[in-house]
Amino acid sequence: MMVIVAEPKQVVAPGELLAEGDHVLGDNSFKVGTRIYSACIGIFEVDGTRVTVVPLKGGYFPRVGDLVGGRIVDVGLSGWTVDIRAPYEAMLPASETPGPRGPRRRDLSESFDVGDMVLSQVLAFDRTRDPLLTVKGPGLGKISNGRVVEISAAKIPRLIGRKGSMISMLKRETGCQITVGQNGVVMVWGKSPENERVAVEAIYMVEREAHTRGLTDRIREMIAKSNVVGEIARTQTA
Amino acid sequence: MSFTPQLPPVAKLEQKTVVDLVANGKRIDDRTADSYRPLHIEVGLIEKANGSAQVHLGKSKVLVGVKVETGTPFPDTPDEGVLTVNAELGPLASPLFETGPPSEQAIELARVIDRGIRESKAVDMKSLVLLKGKKVQVVFVDIYILDHDGNLIDAASIAALAALASAKLLKAELKGDEVVYKPGLHSLPLNNHPVAVTFAKVGKTIVVDPVLEEEQVMNARLTVTIEKNGNICAMQKGGLSGFTQDELKTVVNLAVQKAAENRTKILAAAKG
Amino acid sequence: MPEPKQPEKLIDDKGIRIDGRRLDQLRPIKLEVGILDKADGSAYIEQGKNKILVGVYGPREAHPKHIALPDRAVLRCRYRMAPFSVDERKNPAPSRREMELSKVIRESLESVVLTDLYPRTTIDVFIEVLQSDGGSRCAGITAASLALADAGIPMRELVAACAVGKIQGHMALDLSDAEDKYGEADLPVAWVPNANLVTLLQMDGILTTSEFERGLTMALDACKTIHGMQQEALKKKYLVIKEVAEEREETEVVA
Repeated sequence: MMVIVAEPKQVVAPGELLAEGDHVLGDNSFKVGTRIYSACIGIFEVDGTRVTVVPLKGGYFPRVGDLVGGRIVDVGLSGWTVDIRAPYEAMLPASETPGPRGPRRRDLSESFDVGDMVLSQVLAFDRTRDPLLTVKGPGLGKISNGRVVEISAAKIPRLIGRKGSMISMLKRETGCQITVGQNGVVMVWGKSPENERVAVEAIYMVEREAHTRGLTDRIREMIAKSNVVGEIARTQTA
Repeated sequence: MSFTPQLPPVAKLEQKTVVDLVANGKRIDDRTADSYRPLHIEVGLIEKANGSAQVHLGKSKVLVGVKVETGTPFPDTPDEGVLTVNAELGPLASPLFETGPPSEQAIELARVIDRGIRESKAVDMKSLVLLKGKKVQVVFVDIYILDHDGNLIDAASIAALAALASAKLLKAELKGDEVVYKPGLHSLPLNNHPVAVTFAKVGKTIVVDPVLEEEQVMNARLTVTIEKNGNICAMQKGGLSGFTQDELKTVVNLAVQKAAENRTKILAAAKG
Repeated sequence: MPEPKQPEKLIDDKGIRIDGRRLDQLRPIKLEVGILDKADGSAYIEQGKNKILVGVYGPREAHPKHIALPDRAVLRCRYRMAPFSVDERKNPAPSRREMELSKVIRESLESVVLTDLYPRTTIDVFIEVLQSDGGSRCAGITAASLALADAGIPMRELVAACAVGKIQGHMALDLSDAEDKYGEADLPVAWVPNANLVTLLQMDGILTTSEFERGLTMALDACKTIHGMQQEALKKKYLVIKEVAEEREETEVVA
């Protein structure tokens, strides 16, 4: 027996009854007896037999392999403590920086100092210890220019879009390079400060209106109205 | 600020044993769900206090001292004496207790006992007045936990009532600015005899007078204080889970019965 | 400021209370979610003259480390009354009453928060009573549930709370400050609908066992109503954005 009780694609509250029966439990749903409830405020999604609640709010919970933007909060003897906007502080060991042997001890703050923004990848994380990061990898390392935007991690899937459709459109239309951290930290580099400003506005718009219909079109309109020269325009004039 | 307490490392196997036993109608010390542990009450051990009582409830041990001093009334009750209840859950009583200012557990215990005495109007507050608005008698009820093996609230409630009921004081009078004491010992005028009865919900079963092992695995706790006419004068739910409406009804009715049983023992002991 | 005088009667001959309510009537309740910027979650409640603001931070790294639990989050709760919140200015130092209420409120909320998803962290709930008018611990719990949900913290369900009491021999719902002060009993209750459990219950005063049963039923009915208001308040923020955004799209398509 499988019955869907709540309306899919609608906002549900914690404790709201979603379904009854043998559904597969997706994120933010839990079962009591045969009844499945929502654990948070979010959008109810049904995908075959899987019921999920996509949260409208919520912090970032680290997962191995995630790309994350973090701020250095402490320089230690063998690595750095990084704030990745998660319930746990992350560690970036000196051994996880590129180069033959990594920086020597006294050089640590020369590589990354307190306050620096770093793009890294989550190397390890489990319930018994804080997340471990690495910056060994293409494109990883200190962020020295451009703009950094921090949005709710819950909205990152919407920012990326189905098969990357939203983020591709944003890059194209604003003429900016955009790197999305799974923890809600988004890095933007544009040809001009105006391009960057429009990209940032678009990102905040996604965060605010993530749960609405027609968002992609509204954003495209907003960018068009701003008259920044995007990539398509560039190729046309070239 | 209140925060989730550190849990003492109780072996999972022990926990399971207690829960399983209770579910099958037995308890770790072989009692039925509705029985108290052996109760011993002794009064008058502390001569320097106006009243005192030591209670052994199973292995839990509590000592309560009552002292009556003079003081000033509260501004909004100039025609009433003052009652102060304080509790110490000191490190002597358990490896779980630390030195320092009263913990939230100590404060809760004191306030629950206070509520029982105050709301039942057990102590005749008006009889404590020496000069209205200026000088009154202050009744200090100090609860000292000596050994923690569960259900400190009931043990303290029993000891507090026994101490109050057996308290002896000289009659105080105001002569000019001075308080003088007339010879001859009197009892503290008591109009009611509130008794607290505490229940623990272990799994789906409710047991009365939880022993420490039961407290460590319980989902929730409820204390119901009953005054001499069978009415409720205080209630306090504790613990991280809760009770259904039906469970509350059952528990309250059982509390009336258990309070009466304990009250008889307390008053008998207080007569000495 | 002078203390308000004791009212002559709490209920008049027509069964109406001093603020015009019937015995079984709730005071007007206003709920708002997400009003603070820095807190991870927040909510505001007005119930009668109660004005209570709740902010939630977390889950975040436990500081000091020694309070952390290895297998779940620690819930920290502080109920605090602003010095100007009551008739006679309250000393800002934490009182024993505030400590007791912080504990019972924490215990009522902890039953629903899925703490084992965030070991070694704390979830902090700060309940600030800006103005107090009877039943503040219950209003605080109602708002705190919303603030936790607003922070995106996974919970089994929302906790709704309401007090009943006895005034002039009659059981009455949602006592105001004067009714609590001059009445015969006060019974605050918090309840969760799915699990159907009472997660906060206190009483002071004198009640017969049947008055208690009647009062409890009255309180639970009110909690059901309040729970509905909580769900509405929580969803309202997102539904408004949804409506406004989709309306904008429709007008532009038409144009």
